[in-house]
Amino acid sequence: MADVLVYLYAVGGAELAESVAPGLTGVDGAPVRVVVDGRVGAVVSTVDPLHFGEDALQRNLEDLTWLAETARAHHAVVDAVSQRHPVAPLRMATVYLDDDNVRALLRRKNTAFTAVLDRIRGRREWGVKAFARGQPDVEPDRGAGDADLGPGAAYLLRKRTARERSARAQQNVEDAAAELHETSSAVAVASHLYPPQDPQLSGRQEHMVLNAAYLVGETDAAAFLDTVQTWYSPHIDHEVTGPWVPYSFATLEES
Amino acid sequence: MTLARNDDDLHLVDLLDRLLAGGVVLTGDVTISLAGVDLVQISLRALISSVSTLVDE
Repeated sequence: MADVLVYLYAVGGAELAESVAPGLTGVDGAPVRVVVDGRVGAVVSTVDPLHFGEDALQRNLEDLTWLAETARAHHAVVDAVSQRHPVAPLRMATVYLDDDNVRALLRRKNTAFTAVLDRIRGRREWGVKAFARGQPDVEPDRGAGDADLGPGAAYLLRKRTARERSARAQQNVEDAAAELHETSSAVAVASHLYPPQDPQLSGRQEHMVLNAAYLVGETDAAAFLDTVQTWYSPHIDHEVTGPWVPYSFATLEES
Repeated sequence: MTLARNDDDLHLVDLLDRLLAGGVVLTGDVTISLAGVDLVQISLRALISSVSTLVDE
């Protein structure tokens, strides 16, 4: 097994090499440095195979404390370097064997990295999450006709009414989520939809109906926030997160 | 049931959405390959079991 491995945070222009703050540390508290090839550079740090080797990673990713610490450390590095230059963040836990392999990667994917950087330059990501508002628990109306029905028929009628009301409420929620997405997308350059978060993790009991990311020009941020924050629906409740480094839009075109 | 969550916890879930399902994905013979491993699934399992533990206490 190799003595050390190289953990990748992000890829950006070669000028990153001059601007990474001395003393910036990443996962496992390791100092952050930049590996350059031509006009692109990768933000990396040296890590221990005992923590970041393949087997160790498999195990560690299931350890919440490790996962949270590593995610925050990864994000802190990406966030810090992105303050000065556009960077394309890498997916968490991308590990190479050594610097030579990183340089070979930068050379091989040079065109694709340049395209990603062009796409996210001058833009930030905003998150929008929406939740179904709790439905008021209304006792179904006892219509005047109920009196004429036998108890069995009245029961069935009430059941049907309740079912129809619930289906209508569900449709209203879905329509509202679609409208919010459309409204947000209109002020954004691109959008990405994530699966709704599990209620155990979202911290809210209500069903999440939209978990989206939007790529927005820095000069359009105020307009985006204004549009999204003033949008209202009686059926869903929404919240905005960000600005984020454009994680959701750092994808390489297959070459 | 509502869990008392602080901003850090909420932020972590949003962060993991992005770090585990977003970002540039590289594969190839020189990478420590977790190809085929669904990072989101195993990490969510870790999160959910951890949350359940907190609830049980």
